[in-house]
Amino acid sequence: MSEHIDSLKTYFGVFAALIVLTVVTTAVAFVDLGPFSTVVALGIACCKMLLVTLFFMHVRHSSKLTKLILIGGLLWLGLMLSMTLTDFATRGVMGVPGR
Amino acid sequence: MWIFLITEIMFFGGMFLAYTIYRGAYPEVFAVASSSIKIFLGAANTVVLLGSSLTMVLAVRAAQLGQQKAIVFFLILTLLLGGVFLGVKAVEWKEKFDEHHIPGPTFHLEGLPDDQQGHAQLFFTLYFAMTGLHALHMIIGAGILITLIFQANRGKFTADYMTPVDVAGLYWHFVDIVWIFLFPLLYLIDRHMKQGPL
Repeated sequence: MSEHIDSLKTYFGVFAALIVLTVVTTAVAFVDLGPFSTVVALGIACCKMLLVTLFFMHVRHSSKLTKLILIGGLLWLGLMLSMTLTDFATRGVMGVPGR
Repeated sequence: MWIFLITEIMFFGGMFLAYTIYRGAYPEVFAVASSSIKIFLGAANTVVLLGSSLTMVLAVRAAQLGQQKAIVFFLILTLLLGGVFLGVKAVEWKEKFDEHHIPGPTFHLEGLPDDQQGHAQLFFTLYFAMTGLHALHMIIGAGILITLIFQANRGKFTADYMTPVDVAGLYWHFVDIVWIFLFPLLYLIDRHMKQGPL
């Protein structure tokens, strides 16, 4: 699929970054950041996901079609999460008219 | 392959959604339950799995360059690291069995009143469903790797024909990404509220 061949240096660099992020997220888990603990943990997880997809899965050099499919998929995932959570978070806020 | 991975995103996405909703409903109980999981094995396993992703990508690179022996070598290394991950996972599950943290009649989580035990069971149901589904994907991935190792050993893959290795690599990295999200959600994010065992 991808004709581009990355250097070993790139792959080992990405791997080192992934390990560093794993250590950081584990260490930060013991610090009380209140609600931001979740934000930081998921932010780091998203960074790791980007590193893996862009470099290890070669999305960096992939065709526009591949990128479009991936972004479309993530968009649907976002829709599913946000719509369902909107429903759960606002149930009972307004009451049901006519009941 | 990408289309298949998108369906997989939605498949796992449903479980992440269920987790998010119930965590929102019972945050304190989930914090206690999540903190009962030992963090060290999970973190070590994350490193092992990331390492297997590195060896997998090196196998793909070897295939791109047409280096027959290197493909076999890196695929075997990936399989071994995947095996280590599953082994550690088995140890973690065994511990949960011994501690009666498996949802069922004998379930008991220390430090929680009786009326909240059910909510803790909910956490462990999600824990076992999510890590179990992930482990199942790893086992399928291991089967794919074994097939590829035999084929690569016969010299089937060259620089001109390496799509199976490429596609298996995408699958393996996807399973890695699922774990990248499972690890903080199940092991980490509630840790600061209640210091559990390492």
